[in-house]
Amino acid sequence: MNPRTLFDKLWERHVITESADGTALLYIDRHFLHEVLSPQAFEGLRLTGRKVWRPETSLATADHNVPTTARKLGIADPMARAQVEQLARNCVDFSITEFGLDDQRQGIIHVIGPEQGATLPGMSVVAGDSHTCTHGAFAALAFGIGTSDVEHVLATQSLSMKRMKPMQVRVDGQLARGVTAKDLILSLIGTIGTSGGIGYAIEFQGSTIQALSMEGRMTLCNMAIEAGARVGLIAADETTIDYLRGRPYVPRGAQWDRAVEYWRTLKSDDDASFDRSIVIDASHVQPMVTWGTSPEMVVPVDGCVPDPGQEPNESKRNGMVQALSYMDLRPGTLIAQIPLDKVFIGSCTNSRIGDLRAAAAIVRGGRVAASIRQALVVPGSGLVKAEAEAEGLDQVFVEAGFEWREPGCSMCLGMNDDRLNAGERCASTSNRNFEGRQGAGGRTHLVSPAMAAAAALAGRFVNIAHL
Amino acid sequence: MLAFTQVDSLVAPLDRPNIDTDAIIPKQFLKSIKRTGFGPNLFDEWRYLDAGLPGQDCAQRPRNLQFSLNQPRYGGAQILLAAENFGCGSSREHAAWALLEFGFRALIAPSFGDIFYGNCFKNGLLPVVLNAGIVSRLFAAVAATPGYRLRVDLTKQTVTTPSGEAIAFDVDPGNKSRLLDGIDEIGLTLASAAQIRYYEARRRELEPWLFTS
Repeated sequence: MNPRTLFDKLWERHVITESADGTALLYIDRHFLHEVLSPQAFEGLRLTGRKVWRPETSLATADHNVPTTARKLGIADPMARAQVEQLARNCVDFSITEFGLDDQRQGIIHVIGPEQGATLPGMSVVAGDSHTCTHGAFAALAFGIGTSDVEHVLATQSLSMKRMKPMQVRVDGQLARGVTAKDLILSLIGTIGTSGGIGYAIEFQGSTIQALSMEGRMTLCNMAIEAGARVGLIAADETTIDYLRGRPYVPRGAQWDRAVEYWRTLKSDDDASFDRSIVIDASHVQPMVTWGTSPEMVVPVDGCVPDPGQEPNESKRNGMVQALSYMDLRPGTLIAQIPLDKVFIGSCTNSRIGDLRAAAAIVRGGRVAASIRQALVVPGSGLVKAEAEAEGLDQVFVEAGFEWREPGCSMCLGMNDDRLNAGERCASTSNRNFEGRQGAGGRTHLVSPAMAAAAALAGRFVNIAHL
Repeated sequence: MLAFTQVDSLVAPLDRPNIDTDAIIPKQFLKSIKRTGFGPNLFDEWRYLDAGLPGQDCAQRPRNLQFSLNQPRYGGAQILLAAENFGCGSSREHAAWALLEFGFRALIAPSFGDIFYGNCFKNGLLPVVLNAGIVSRLFAAVAATPGYRLRVDLTKQTVTTPSGEAIAFDVDPGNKSRLLDGIDEIGLTLASAAQIRYYEARRRELEPWLFTS
């Protein structure tokens, strides 16, 4: 057989039928649902009298629209409450497991799926959320879909998809002190641009990737979509298997052994060819900070805001001018001189226990700067929150002046009450610095958890490699 | 689903790269559990000068007259001319719903966000990819010519300019036929239910641990 990439193996394994133009009907093994992109899909099923094909493959929770404070009081916003209640009703009516707001397993779908072992190597995984690419860290074919496709998967356990092209991002060498998976992915996006991965499935390879924890790998794959790629992938290895062992949804006994044997084959063959390859020397990657309104607008923390005058492409130049105006920044300003108003540590990119530990290590014994109006820590799930509390991390944050919250998407997209006011500037561990993303008129700088923590204490960005 | 064959219309320009679905329809409007009602809030933060909230009477809100879609010369345009990576970001299908409800039937850009591109086809909105050089020429023509129109023909896979120049575009045959006929994709897939069941039985043997819960 011809050498195949990991993507080829996963794709071909899930093809039910295929047409000559490369469009396939793919079988879907796991479907995560949340309250925002699913109500119209369930409504569609009701209107057509259709059933859910295999309800046991779906797992639902409310994450986008939930309060992160005073949860016992319920949801004050009537629209948000109606949407969360609708999800609960839909899950009952269609026999789907839901982790409710009072369940410790509730959290961001891309945190709780892996945490429960509900994401396994070799699976096809979908959700009505673009950051479903996170699950590719487990050598699963995982991608985000819209509401029509959510309904299609519920009704047919399948999706019609055009085959993507495999892209290799090879990273070798040691990441410097203070440089994380977040900096690596921001650096890649800065290099290939937010449209660089359109039509591709990116596989991250190399010694640097092998050395990352599963959490770091999830951070990396999470932001593949920010490079334009719907799929991010990493081969399964001992780190993957060790992470999964013993989690609630993983197979047991002989089934586990048989599964592990198959999972070990989930890597690209040595001579497999990719449609595009990028090579990164990990030792050159620096702590990164975005300056604009697209994740590709990113520079090292020691750098300065770029000058649109130097950009030859007119459309890009216009985009830069608009971004600088929105961000209220001038070309040449040192990143380390940008004063901040808020700090957000959380989101499906960076809200796992390792992220919280990295932030707490910087915060320990310090104080949030007086100029910072709000510093939030929002754990990715109830279980992450409990684990952090058992380690005393909540105390580290609270004593320094951070607010310690209940799990959810929170200020990553500001659907609940956690948001930026117009003109406020935030160091955020989330994934999107789009205009208005964290609140209308709000200004977002994307960074790693350690950088966000250091920025909270200093009131501005600092090079954490020098701390 | 709404079928699409062709549209002959005024063209509205939006020349800015990487317009994300958050900009197309901001998050506060995603609390709705309906498929409709998003049109008045399309590009809300750019179209209006005040803060947008669900349930407002948008007819009474102050408009940003600098924004192209608010300019009378582009009123009633059914074709949106956009820049690179239009519709990137969040998978919210509300973006496609809002564009359709506003009145757009076809979008032209050098590239689209992958998920958004797929969502358009599920809703009768045709995304057309043309190379960056052609798109840039069309932007110049739209700016220079009040009343500039294009004809987008899905059957022939062409965009025709007022001078009669027909520019060809690619579209996947499956997407094309479903859009031309306005076919319900789920109904189409369920016609292959036997093949799904056959595959499923085989999968159960290969990876039985996926069928034990």
